[in-house]
Amino acid sequence: MDFFLSRYRNLTVLLIVIVAQLLLLAYQVKSNNNVALIRVWAVTAVTPVEQGLELVRRYTWGFVEDYFVLLGVRSQNEKLQHENGQLKLENHYLKSELSTADRARALSVFQAHSPSKTVAARVIGNGTGANSKVVFVDRGAVSGIESGMAVVTPDGIVGKVVDAYPMASLVMLITDPTFAAGVISQKNRVRGTLKGLGQTKCLVDYAQNEEKVDEGEWFYTSGDDRIFPRGFPVGQVSSVHNGKTFKEIYLIPSGMQGGVEEVLIMLQGQHLQVPDSATATPGYKILPAPTDAAGESAQPTGQPTVLTTDADRLREQYKQSGEAQHHVFGEGLPGSAPPDFTKIQGIRASTPPPAPAHAPETATPPLARSPETATQPNRDRKEAQRKSEPTAPATTGETSPKATAATPPKPKPHPTAPILVTDPTDADPDAVPPPAPKTDKPAKPPGGAPPNGNR
Amino acid sequence: MTEYTERLLTGPTRKDKSDRMRVVWLIVVPLIAILFQVYVPRHISFLSYLELPLLITVHFALGRRGPISSVFYGMAIGLAQDSLSHQPIGMFGIVKTLVGYFASSVSQRFDVQNPIVTFILSFFFYFFHEFFYWVLARALLGQAMIFNPEQTLLFGLLNAAVALPLFHILDKLKVAA
Repeated sequence: MDFFLSRYRNLTVLLIVIVAQLLLLAYQVKSNNNVALIRVWAVTAVTPVEQGLELVRRYTWGFVEDYFVLLGVRSQNEKLQHENGQLKLENHYLKSELSTADRARALSVFQAHSPSKTVAARVIGNGTGANSKVVFVDRGAVSGIESGMAVVTPDGIVGKVVDAYPMASLVMLITDPTFAAGVISQKNRVRGTLKGLGQTKCLVDYAQNEEKVDEGEWFYTSGDDRIFPRGFPVGQVSSVHNGKTFKEIYLIPSGMQGGVEEVLIMLQGQHLQVPDSATATPGYKILPAPTDAAGESAQPTGQPTVLTTDADRLREQYKQSGEAQHHVFGEGLPGSAPPDFTKIQGIRASTPPPAPAHAPETATPPLARSPETATQPNRDRKEAQRKSEPTAPATTGETSPKATAATPPKPKPHPTAPILVTDPTDADPDAVPPPAPKTDKPAKPPGGAPPNGNR
Repeated sequence: MTEYTERLLTGPTRKDKSDRMRVVWLIVVPLIAILFQVYVPRHISFLSYLELPLLITVHFALGRRGPISSVFYGMAIGLAQDSLSHQPIGMFGIVKTLVGYFASSVSQRFDVQNPIVTFILSFFFYFFHEFFYWVLARALLGQAMIFNPEQTLLFGLLNAAVALPLFHILDKLKVAA
């Protein structure tokens, strides 16, 4: 044995070492457990050195690396700045092209839908002069341009042609101090003269101080100057206040917002209507009214209206009734026959129920009448009826208590024009009329007693 | 007893200093090799093919030392490598133990100072190391490791190429120590 160990000592040691490690491996695999202690030692021995190496590397090679990186960053920065400049130029060019395309499309749409005959032109240069606001356009007499023609855009008026050359024309912008045009306000139809100020704003002159112009109100061409057709937007009031003689109304021209590049020259203008309420204000959009509100304010005639109060509805119904009877309110001599208001729709049927010989309408219990709801037209109508029936008994004061108790006041549905409904029979034609009081007494002479003295 | 005699008896001899330096050197060099393997490829990825602990083991074993010391040296380096790996401890230890033993056995029969022999041995032991590790992983751990012979041969050539200057430097440093 000793001989064997001394002869194969190296091999024996090798086998022992290998077997030991195999046993260690087998233990780890079998128990699925790492020999944590050895690993902790190894990691504890190695990681501080690694940290030191990393620290050294960071402050030596990292510094050198950062230096070269910064050198690269400088060149990269210059390259990026150059590229950024190129992109900015390209972006600006593309935006300009897009804007030009939008304007051209708007012009073509406007040109197609406008009743006026127009020619599209492009601004090719400015006129000389420090304060003058004139531009050259690329259309001239060859294209049919003449002096005095209006120049507009879909957003509003721009100016007028002051000189027409064969291939170009000189257009005076509305901001030129010598420019003038007739304008009219949208809401109150205040007329004035648009004047340029050499600035971005324009002045509306010759509008009386007593006239009402609101800020934000739109002005349109009035057509009085025989240059601009009526109904083209001019601009929106930016500020307004009273002056010594006339109002000082300043407008922001709507046709020149964003500069003037493409314009339309009017060969033959066509007058338009100045819109009443909502206008095509460029730049923003107003939503339509809610459906329920529109339904409430809808009138039987079906036409859109802004009437919302009872007085407005009453006025409209009177007007319709007068038109149906060929009566014009405000005309006719005093004392002439008024229209028959009983034919107003919604108040009573076209043919009122015949009044019984002995059952005048005054037989209605007094409690059913409301003094607050009585109106003068209704009283006039009853007065006329009373005059037309002189023999009708005035039984207001003779209404029997039984009859009064027999016709208690009943709730009425809300009528279309509630202030006109003063009689239950008016509001409810199908309602059963109260029984006529039986009386053998002769009728009192007219005027013997007030017909509605119990009110 | 003279002062000279006392200094000779109490002070460390030159041989002691040399042995101490050699021991420190035998510890530091493998540690550097392991550090290189775990740290440098993180920043220079293409150096991950270098198996410096193996080359250190081969260099130690080829230094005309006894097989037993080479066995333990290889085992220590292998276990240190295992400790920093995700594999169970002993895989690199067994392989490097065998490499140390065989390298030491070979060094007693061949002239390992010849660069060509050093190159061939380094190449051979790298291939043996990779192959035997693959066998152990499949046999003992049941892991489906992939053994790429072409890549292993190529890396073996590269490691052998690196081994020549590395062994030369280590020899110089050993002499200086």
